[in-house]
Amino acid sequence: MNIFATFRIAVLALLRNKMRSFLTVLGIIIGVGAVIAMVAIGEGAKAEVQSAFDKMGTNMLVVRSGSSQQGGVRGGAGSQPTITWDDVDAIASEAPGVARVAPSIRQSVQLLGDGQNWTTSAEGTVPDYFTIRAWTLKSGAFFSEADVSGKTKVIVLGATVADSLFGPGADPVGAVVRVNNVPFEVVGLLARKGQSAMGQDADDVALMPISTFAAKIQGGLKKYMQGTVYVGANSPADTKLAQSSIDELLRRRHGIREGQDSDVTVNNLAEAASARAEGTETMTRLLAGIALVSLLVGGIGIMNIMLVSVTERTREIGLRMAIGAKPSDIRIQFVIEAVTLSTIGGAFGVALGVGAAEYLRSSLGWATVVQPEIVAISLGFSAVVGVGFGLYPAHKASGLDPITALRFE
Amino acid sequence: MADETPILDARDLEKTYTMGTQAVHALRGVSLTVQRGEFVAVMGTSGSGKSTLMNILGCLDRPTKGSYHLVGREVSRLDRDELADIRNQVLGFVFQSFNLLARTSALENVELPMIYAGVGGRERRRRATRALEQVGLGDRLDHTPNQLSGGQMQRVAIARAIVTEPKLILADEPTGNLDSKTSLEIIALFQDLRATGITIVLVTHEPDIAGFTDRVILMRDGKVQYDRPQTPVDARAAADAYAEVPA
Ligand SMILES: Nc1ncnc2c1ncn2[C@@H]1O[C@H](COP(=O)(O)OP(=O)(O)O)[C@@H](O)[C@H]1O
Ligand SMILES: [Mg+2]
Repeated sequence: MNIFATFRIAVLALLRNKMRSFLTVLGIIIGVGAVIAMVAIGEGAKAEVQSAFDKMGTNMLVVRSGSSQQGGVRGGAGSQPTITWDDVDAIASEAPGVARVAPSIRQSVQLLGDGQNWTTSAEGTVPDYFTIRAWTLKSGAFFSEADVSGKTKVIVLGATVADSLFGPGADPVGAVVRVNNVPFEVVGLLARKGQSAMGQDADDVALMPISTFAAKIQGGLKKYMQGTVYVGANSPADTKLAQSSIDELLRRRHGIREGQDSDVTVNNLAEAASARAEGTETMTRLLAGIALVSLLVGGIGIMNIMLVSVTERTREIGLRMAIGAKPSDIRIQFVIEAVTLSTIGGAFGVALGVGAAEYLRSSLGWATVVQPEIVAISLGFSAVVGVGFGLYPAHKASGLDPITALRFE
Repeated sequence: MADETPILDARDLEKTYTMGTQAVHALRGVSLTVQRGEFVAVMGTSGSGKSTLMNILGCLDRPTKGSYHLVGREVSRLDRDELADIRNQVLGFVFQSFNLLARTSALENVELPMIYAGVGGRERRRRATRALEQVGLGDRLDHTPNQLSGGQMQRVAIARAIVTEPKLILADEPTGNLDSKTSLEIIALFQDLRATGITIVLVTHEPDIAGFTDRVILMRDGKVQYDRPQTPVDARAAADAYAEVPA
C-alpha cells in the first residue's frame, strides 16, 4: 500500500471528526505558538540589551578615580580624584591590550544658540573618544587632533542638544553656539543613539577639545584628571587583558600593594553586557521550557484522542482487517493520523506564534525576534510529538484480532 | 475452468471458547467441502455455530482443532500478513450490519479493499464505479451510508466484496436486517454473481432464503446435521412476483 493512499485514509478519517480533530490540534497550536512567542520575546530582550551595549561602544573600558572601598567606608568611584594626566599617558603607552585612550572631563554649562538656551553637561575630550564610544556623524565632522593642540573653539552636538537649540531636525553645522557665553563654532552633528543602556538620553551631549574645555570652561588643567578615562581595547577578546593590565599599571604607579584595594576602578562594559545578555538567555530558556511543557501536554492530548479513537473505531479497524489491511497498514494509518494532527497543529502554531510576536512588537513595542531555527525546531518537534504519542495507540490498534475487533460493541 | 480442487476443504473443525472456568464448544467437529461455483446456504438455530464456522472459513478466526484448506493452502500455516492478503484477494465478506465506513461515500467505501491491494487511484475509481453499477447503484456513487436505505447499503457492501474479483464470498445473514422484498433483491444479486462463477457461502435462518441456493447445510449444536443439494428457486422471478402483490 502506498504512502499517499495511507495519508489519504488518515486525512479522511480526521475529516470525519472535524470538531474533535480541531480540539486535539488546538493543544499543539497553543504549544508551538507559545514556544515561538516565548523564544521571540526572550531573543528580543537579548538583542535589545546587546544593541544598547553596542551603542555604548564595544571593547570599552571605563577608568575612574576612587575605589569601591576606602578604609571601610564606601567612597564610590570618582569621589576623590586619584588619576593624574601622567597616568592617562601611561595607560595609552604602557598597558598591553589597549588601543586608544580618551580622557573626558565634564561640567554643567549653559548653551545658547539661535535664540534658544539649553542646560547640559559639556564634555572636553580627544578625537579617539568618538571611536571608543562608537559615535557616528549625521552631518559635519568630529574635531581633530589639531583642534586639540590648537585649543580651537569648536563643538560637536548630540541630536537632543541640536534639536533644543535650533529646532527639531535642523542642521546646526556652521552655526555659532555660546557656551557659558563663549562662542563656539558647531562642526559636527552626531547621529542619534536613543536611550543608553542605563536608560538615559544618550544624545544630550556637547563635545569639545579637552584643551579648549580646560582653558575656556574649567579655567586651567589641574594635576589630577577630574573625570573619566575611556579606553578602547584592541578587540573584544582583549578587554579582559586591558582591564587587568590597566589595574596593574595604576597600582604600580600609585604604590598600592597586592591585596590592598586600588584607588582606581576599571569597569569592563563588555563583561557587563555579556552578563546582562546571559541573564536574558536564561530567561529565554525558562520561557521556552515552560512553553515546551505545554507542547508536551498537547502531545499527550493527541495520544489521549488517538486512544479514544482506536477504541471507538475498533469495528472499523476490524472491517479494514477483514477486507485485507495488514497490521502494518493499520499501524501506519494511526501514526499518520497523529502526525498529521500534530503537524497541522505545528503549522498553525507557527502562524499563531509569529503573529503574537508581531503583535507584541507592533502594538506594544516589545522587541521580539522570531528566529527561523526556532520555527523549524518547533515544527520538527511537533511532528516528533505526533510520532511519539501516536505510536502507542497505533500499536494497540494494529495488535487487535480481526474477529474480536469486528464483534466489538 | 479445469481446476478441480475444492475451493474450501475443512476437516473436523472444533472451536472452544473458554469463558472463565466454563468451556463453550461452538464447533464440535465440522467437515465441509465446497466446490468452485457452488452457492451454499448454512442454516441453523441461533447459537448453533454458524457465525463461528463462517469466521474460520473467512480466516478471521482460527479453529481450536482441525485442518482448513482454502484454494489449496493450509490456512493454519499462514502468518497475519499472509492471512490479510488472502482476505484481500481470495475472499469477499458481506455482513448482516453492512459495516460501511460512516460519512464516507459509496465510492470510497468500495475503493477501500483496493487501497490495501495497492491499486492506483484512477484504476480504483474505475473499478469501484463498475462494481457499484453492477449492483445497481451507478447513480449513488457520492451518497454516504446515512443517505442510503438498508438494501442500498447492503448493495454497497456487496460491491465492496466483489470489487477485488474474489473467488469466494462469505455472507453472514446478509438479509438479517432487511425486509422481505429487499431481501429477495439482494438474493437475486447473489444469484447473478453465482452465474458469473463466484462461489458463495451464505448464512441464514430463513428457509425461504435458503431455497434460492444450490445446497443447504443445517447446523445444530456445533455439528452439521444434514447437507444436501437442491434445485434453486429463481429469486429474480420471486422478487418480480412479490412486487406485483399489492401492499
Ligand atoms: N467470542 C465468543 N466467546 C464465547 N462464546 C462465544 C463467542 N462467540 C460465540 N460464542 C458461543 O458459541 C456458540 C455459537 O455461536 P455462533 O457461532 O455465534 O452461533 P450462530 O451464529 O449460529 O448464532 C454460542 O453458544 C455462542 O454463545
Ligand atoms: Mg450468527
